[in-house]
Amino acid sequence: MIYRETGQYKSNYGTDEQIFPIRQDRIGVMIILAVAYLAVPFIGNDYWFSAILIPFLVLSLAAIGLNLLTGYAGQLSLGSAGFMAVGAFAAYNSMLRIEGMPFLLGFILAGLSAAAVGIVFGLPSLRVKGFYLAAATLASQFFIEWVLTKFPWFTNYSASGVITAQKMVLFGYAFDTPVSRYVLTLVIVTLLALVAKNLVRTRTGRDWMAIRDMDVAAEVIGIPMLKTKLLAFAISSFYLGVAGALWAYCYLGTVEPQAFELARSFQLLFIIIIGGMGTIVGAFFGAAFIVFFPIFLNLFTSTVFAGQLDPGMLSHLEQFVFGSLIIFFLIVEPLGLARLWQLGKQKLRLWPFPH
Amino acid sequence: MLFFIEVLIGGLLAGVMYSLVALGFVLIYKASGVLNFAQGSMVLFAALSFVSILAMGVPFWLALLLTLAIMVLLGVVIEKVVLRPLVNQPQITLFMATIGLSILIEALGQMIWGSQVHGLDLGINDIPFNFYGVFISQFDLFAAGCAAVLVAGLSLFFHKTKIGRALRAVADDHQAAMSVGIPLKHVWTVVWAAAGFVALVAGLLWGSRLGVQFALTLVVLKALPVLILGGFTSIPGAIIGGLIIGATEKLAEVFIGPYFGGGIENWFPYALALVFLLIRPDGLFGEKHIERV
Amino acid sequence: MAESRHLGDIILKIDHISLSFGGIKALIDISFQVRRGEFLAIIGPNGAGKSSLLNVINGVYHPQTGTVTYKGETRHHMPPHRAAELGIGRTFQNIALFKGMTVLDNIKTGRSLKIKSNFLMNALWFGPARREELEHRRKVEEIIDFLRVEDIRRTPVGMLPYGLQKRVELGRALAAEPDLLLLDEPMAGMNIEEKQAMCRFALDVNDEFGTTVVLIEHDMGVVMDISDRVVVLDYGKKIADGTPDEVRQNPEVINAYLGVGH
Repeated sequence: MIYRETGQYKSNYGTDEQIFPIRQDRIGVMIILAVAYLAVPFIGNDYWFSAILIPFLVLSLAAIGLNLLTGYAGQLSLGSAGFMAVGAFAAYNSMLRIEGMPFLLGFILAGLSAAAVGIVFGLPSLRVKGFYLAAATLASQFFIEWVLTKFPWFTNYSASGVITAQKMVLFGYAFDTPVSRYVLTLVIVTLLALVAKNLVRTRTGRDWMAIRDMDVAAEVIGIPMLKTKLLAFAISSFYLGVAGALWAYCYLGTVEPQAFELARSFQLLFIIIIGGMGTIVGAFFGAAFIVFFPIFLNLFTSTVFAGQLDPGMLSHLEQFVFGSLIIFFLIVEPLGLARLWQLGKQKLRLWPFPH
Repeated sequence: MLFFIEVLIGGLLAGVMYSLVALGFVLIYKASGVLNFAQGSMVLFAALSFVSILAMGVPFWLALLLTLAIMVLLGVVIEKVVLRPLVNQPQITLFMATIGLSILIEALGQMIWGSQVHGLDLGINDIPFNFYGVFISQFDLFAAGCAAVLVAGLSLFFHKTKIGRALRAVADDHQAAMSVGIPLKHVWTVVWAAAGFVALVAGLLWGSRLGVQFALTLVVLKALPVLILGGFTSIPGAIIGGLIIGATEKLAEVFIGPYFGGGIENWFPYALALVFLLIRPDGLFGEKHIERV
Repeated sequence: MAESRHLGDIILKIDHISLSFGGIKALIDISFQVRRGEFLAIIGPNGAGKSSLLNVINGVYHPQTGTVTYKGETRHHMPPHRAAELGIGRTFQNIALFKGMTVLDNIKTGRSLKIKSNFLMNALWFGPARREELEHRRKVEEIIDFLRVEDIRRTPVGMLPYGLQKRVELGRALAAEPDLLLLDEPMAGMNIEEKQAMCRFALDVNDEFGTTVVLIEHDMGVVMDISDRVVVLDYGKKIADGTPDEVRQNPEVINAYLGVGH
């Protein structure tokens, strides 16, 4: 009953084409944004910002990037973390080597560099599909890892291989507290999420989905394969690059290749599977799941097993449950949490009536 | 020159090991169209089980049998719990399910048997023997021998037996196979059991080489370029692909690697496979993919 | 019906097209032409090569010999998206809709060629992108009205019954405002009412918009009723070419369908 559309008439296409055509959705989103921007910075504590909210936001951004390529354009990629690494190192090197480089511009360069690399590694997609393409993306992952570790120029010849990220300063204000980093990340992520949503509801997104669903038919309609696929790789990598820079600067505080290994690529893939491929909101659902799952499992096992498990066993158990959950999701709801959310809203339209 | 041959042979023999892992993939893909990312963890699981059973004092051959039984059981459970519910889903969903499976199996193995590194001694002397000035590892030869026997056996199985033919029918078209009365359930159980057996052999051989530890699961990542080269459905392709990958990887590492400070072998096989894909998108022996509109 | 129609110049000319797949000869030396505004039916027994012919026309298959002359330009073959750019629209025998999208979005993809905004403008939404989206939405809604699918516009096409899917596919082809519309068995598997509706749509497209229609169809009643001309294929060869009446009485055509003496 709460979720009824009754009385909400659209008198022009403009209002029908908006992102949240149903008023209840608009109100809901406003509330979430208000809480995120106005309430959380004041009531949150440092642990929450540094260990939960910031990684959640950055992973969501990265997941949006991967989703654009894999969920919307249908090009399976197993090498997404490699592009995050490109972004992180591009930001680091640009701020290091160019005098007075503002960090925001550094982040944009991070995205652009990743996009350029993404286009190069996206070229095989014109000849190759499915698993073969996935294997090609693994090539990009391993190659990028190798380049960044083998050539000391990238790490500025640091002996330990670990570099501290530079300070982020804007007009004299330094973003060095957890709260400030949280707000910075929040702004960047919400802006880019909005842009992604715009891309997806216009011709750009439709062309991608057409290629995903049936590329031969897409060609017959006049959608250019080459441009569309490369655009997907480019924009997806841009998002991943910015996410990589954010991960290094706002979350870790260091710039290291180890943060962007194959495991991270798989993690992003799981986020979009569990969250919902082919949706923007799914990236957030999936990232929330990944961030909160270990916490919940920890709580659960410590109350149930009360310290009988050693940390090694605990981490194996975590992996076991995680693997099972992935399979469970794929069996029960292959469209992910986003679909479950939609179904929930449908139920809410009727509640409290059964049908 | 001699050195070149030595490296080449070493690479070829390493390639045989890759082929063994790739074989497991081909088996399952051929029969069910599923690219089983969990093959690597199955290799680890098999090796872990074997080593742990041995450590409990069980004699060698009995331990082997028991492990085989465990692998078959694992295959049956996987087929029933994971694959059956996902039967009509697109390939990518199944592939991701196997990724989840690989995490699960790896964790399971380590929960049951513990996560220390185990040594595995198959009783084969690893003194290299001298063949006209070229040193060849005895162990590698033994592995090659095992692989040869395995391949011969599998080829016979697929082409000469009734079950083998049924498997090929199923791989081609599930529904058509069902409609001629081929019992899908049994077929898939047989396939996963066979893959489990291959995993066991691979696990034993790799385990004695590297020690039984989680790094074994990463071997699967080497199998993918092999599959690309050899095609996903060809047994001879898996062998030849493995040989090529093994040889070029070693040669590249030894002769090109020093210019870059080494570490090439991580991505070189993939780059090679990529170049190959651009020329022949369906692999050396893979089936040509014709799209009908 | 054909007598009083105003037909234009030749829009499509097929010259000695031969197509084979390995050892299988799908098309053998096919030649015919189509005038602007004409309604041409291609008929023939199953496997005669009809779909392959359409695939050659819009560039999905490359013929071994022969040329296709479209709007005056002669080509050996052209890429499918070029065919789309030049105004050739197409539906498929086994529905080629985008199963992951709604009816509205599917038809919108038909407008993709005509939308000029690039990705940067789309990313911004406000401004030229939004204006174009709404303008093209208007056009798409006209097609939705024409095909009477208003109430299912937000339904994912995968959930629609077969007949409606075919209608949506027609809508997607129409969205591009084609000059030449190739329909591959658009009425296959439909009941009488659905067939009548599809006939009506095809005729309206031909009458009202002046679109040239080339239609593959099995239902003889439909073909005889609504086409200006009929081309008959059998085993890859053209065995007749004329008005419905001429073709109906052609002994070779009768033999082909009754399977006498091959």
